[in-house]
Amino acid sequence: MEIYLYAGLAIVLVLAAVGGFFLVRTRRSVAPGEEDTAPEVTRAPEPTAPQDREKDGGADLLPPAQAPPAQETAPAAPAEPELETPPPSAGRMVRLRARLARSQSALGQGLLNLLSSSSLDEDAWEEIEDTLITADIGVTSATQIVENLRTKVKVLGTRDRDEVRALLREELLAQIRTDADRGVRTAPHGDRPAVIMVVGVNGTGKTTTTGKLARVLVGDGRTVVLGAADTFRAAASEQLQTWGSRVGAPVVRKEEGADPASVAFDAVARGIADGVDTVIIDTAGRLHTKTGLMDELGKVKRVVEKKSRVDEVLLVLDATTGQNGLRQARVFAEVVNVTGIALTKLDGTAKGGIIVQVQRELGVPVKLVGLGEGPDDLAPFDPEVFVDAILG
Amino acid sequence: MFETLSDRLTSVFSSLRGKGRLSEEDINATAREIRLALLEADVALPVVRDFIARIKERSRGEEVSKALNPAQQVIKIVNEELIEILGGETRQIRYAKNPPTVIMLAGLQGAGKTTLAGKLAKWLSAQRNTPLLVAADLQRPNAVTQLQVVGERAGTPVFAPEPGNGVGDPVEVARRSIEFAERNNHNIVVIDTAGRLGVDTEMMQQAADIRDAVSPDEIIFVVDAMIGQDAVNTAQAFLDGVGYDAVALTKLDGDARGGAALSIRHITGRPIMFASTGEKLDDFDLFHPDRMASRILDMGDVLTLIEQAQRTFDEAEVQKMASTMASDEDFTLDDFLQQMMMVRKLGPIGNLLGMMPGMGQMREQIDNIDDKALDRLQAIIQSMTPGERSNPKMINGSRRLRIANGSGTQVSDVNNLVTRFFEAQKVMRKMKNGGMPGIPGMPGMGGGGGGGARKKAKAQQKKKGKQRSGNPMKARQQELERQQRRKEQQENAQPQLPPGFGGGKQPQLPPAFGGGGMPNMPDLSDFKLPEK
Repeated sequence: MEIYLYAGLAIVLVLAAVGGFFLVRTRRSVAPGEEDTAPEVTRAPEPTAPQDREKDGGADLLPPAQAPPAQETAPAAPAEPELETPPPSAGRMVRLRARLARSQSALGQGLLNLLSSSSLDEDAWEEIEDTLITADIGVTSATQIVENLRTKVKVLGTRDRDEVRALLREELLAQIRTDADRGVRTAPHGDRPAVIMVVGVNGTGKTTTTGKLARVLVGDGRTVVLGAADTFRAAASEQLQTWGSRVGAPVVRKEEGADPASVAFDAVARGIADGVDTVIIDTAGRLHTKTGLMDELGKVKRVVEKKSRVDEVLLVLDATTGQNGLRQARVFAEVVNVTGIALTKLDGTAKGGIIVQVQRELGVPVKLVGLGEGPDDLAPFDPEVFVDAILG
Repeated sequence: MFETLSDRLTSVFSSLRGKGRLSEEDINATAREIRLALLEADVALPVVRDFIARIKERSRGEEVSKALNPAQQVIKIVNEELIEILGGETRQIRYAKNPPTVIMLAGLQGAGKTTLAGKLAKWLSAQRNTPLLVAADLQRPNAVTQLQVVGERAGTPVFAPEPGNGVGDPVEVARRSIEFAERNNHNIVVIDTAGRLGVDTEMMQQAADIRDAVSPDEIIFVVDAMIGQDAVNTAQAFLDGVGYDAVALTKLDGDARGGAALSIRHITGRPIMFASTGEKLDDFDLFHPDRMASRILDMGDVLTLIEQAQRTFDEAEVQKMASTMASDEDFTLDDFLQQMMMVRKLGPIGNLLGMMPGMGQMREQIDNIDDKALDRLQAIIQSMTPGERSNPKMINGSRRLRIANGSGTQVSDVNNLVTRFFEAQKVMRKMKNGGMPGIPGMPGMGGGGGGGARKKAKAQQKKKGKQRSGNPMKARQQELERQQRRKEQQENAQPQLPPGFGGGKQPQLPPAFGGGGMPNMPDLSDFKLPEK
């Protein structure tokens, strides 16, 4: 037992020395000629040959008949749902509004009551800030919102409930950044399908989001192939299979413990061969602190890129996540260059305020919101609706 | 970005050097910083308010201790309060008088219930129980299959009469599982329920129905350590809807600060019983309040570091590492290299450094650390001759140039490494000689370590014969120590960490590292090393 203590001490000491080396070094900033190599660079993995278990004929490379529509295809203009199950994506906004109104009105009400009280003293402002913090918006953002609002109220001399409300709405909207492109790129380009990767930490709802997204696309008349690259968690690929079979989307999967990169590669290969519109790859949940797993994720993406461009990397964030969400987003963005965020479990009491910080820091827009366990509870994110719903 | 509380407080107090007592303004300024730190750790706001009020009150009455500066003192108070809230009585599982004991898991979607069920089953079997896992999550697609796989890995039978995916009645499954357990001599039943939201009345009713059907002895609320401010609502909703007796925190292996633990404990008064710290089935343990406190305050986590080492290295490696600490020879660059390579196995260096106390202010730099730089360090050392490695003093200017050229680095890098090394060596020497600084003679270190102890004893005998024998204090200490060790080996007493490790002074680390004094280490004085 004692030796462990010694070892521990030794480790601490070595860490201290090594740490000192680095920290001093980094503080002195870049030594010329020696830039830190990006963490992405790892040995090039060789993709396993695309041998498909779900027998697909092979090389009939017929270019897909459908002309690719405009690049941006936020499920906005739905085609007629020809397949039996999923309804098209229209009408989801109503649901979003209803759900958000249910879950978040408390916040809006509280804020409005505060804002419209006759005297906005120091305490009231503090309380507004606190209320925003309670929504997981984060201390920094909350402070900034309150500061801005305060200045505006002072300048305009407003006390009117509606005006203050409008100001708050404006301020929140400004924080959520309306200008970002929130379309999910699902349209095929040329003879290649669009490739979407779904990533995130454990238990945020990646597989569910993948399934729902497939449903939306099928509902809009697209063809979809799912790749079950979560080969780690028990029964994850079965879970995806269930989703896939509900909408008739083939699922490319391998035995548990298989190389996720090869599954992803096969899924894309299958997608190309079948001439489908979109390939969605579900990856295993991984904590952003596990470097090995993050490297693996980077590898999955690189391997897929040998076959086709990855159009969209969706980071699935749980609305209940607190300030840790920012760290998650940062690391994932670094490793796989996240292009969009799917905010899930927004139907609960959680406000998902962390996206404000994430968007601000990384500039990655929220593209989708998950609103429950129902198969159609996925909607495109609309900041206006989001903020309006918050304000009740 | 994320500053540690201690750094914040240090800056608040920097103007107050030499004050004998905390003034009201000091306390208020401090309160604001503590508030921010807690909020950033996702402690729920109402809890923060209460907490701050208590801290303020205590700080006012506190006499100023001579040993601690005001910042340290406040942190000490905060830390103590945190531990008190988080700790309380340690909860054991209440076993039913008439088996089977029924344990029900409840929580939000994705909190990790199914995985935890497997871990719990494994943990229980290790204590000679015969648990039965019950798949009552019939909601999520293939949750049943997942539990079956998990059960198989844990070597525990799974009761799954319904296929799931929306088919079947979980209440009925739960009820039948009890009969099944009685028939098959399972003394514990672990029921995995579907994830549900606090606001989902229908699902909460279902959970309540399950509870009523099986009248569980323990209901455990499973919650993700990453949860934010919503923890309060959710915890309360589950308490009202189902009620629970204890909490299990999952995903603690991430870098979330886990303020939720504090929130839930404070709001509901339910103790936190288990902590789940990884994806493997063994990554499961009882909850340590003191570590959690340090984590919430971001004060580093040396213990986790040590435990991680324990998990990663095998006996021989550890012994090799320890022997450099215990041996009488001077710490050389070879040892340094060897240890560095071992440390590397523990994971990315940035993470490890993050666990060191007082690293908060360096967070930005830590984030920028690239493990590739370790390769450079290695290259530098390997470009040295064996002579240079064992006697770094001989590395003069021209040698430095040669080493730099040989390793493809700059001379300044070599300089830096050598300087750092000398500092480390100095500390190492100090530790070996006067005992550790602040760790007088390391008393009470006996116990199981056979080889290591012998080696150490030998080293000390040698040492005694050499220059240090002139120190009567030291000689006495060694004598005492030997006696104590003999005694303890007989009694095979639980080894304790030396009090100095956490209590009083800390081993002095290289100055560049702590940035002017290490803000206090977590209090390790009552920490017991886990059984090997």
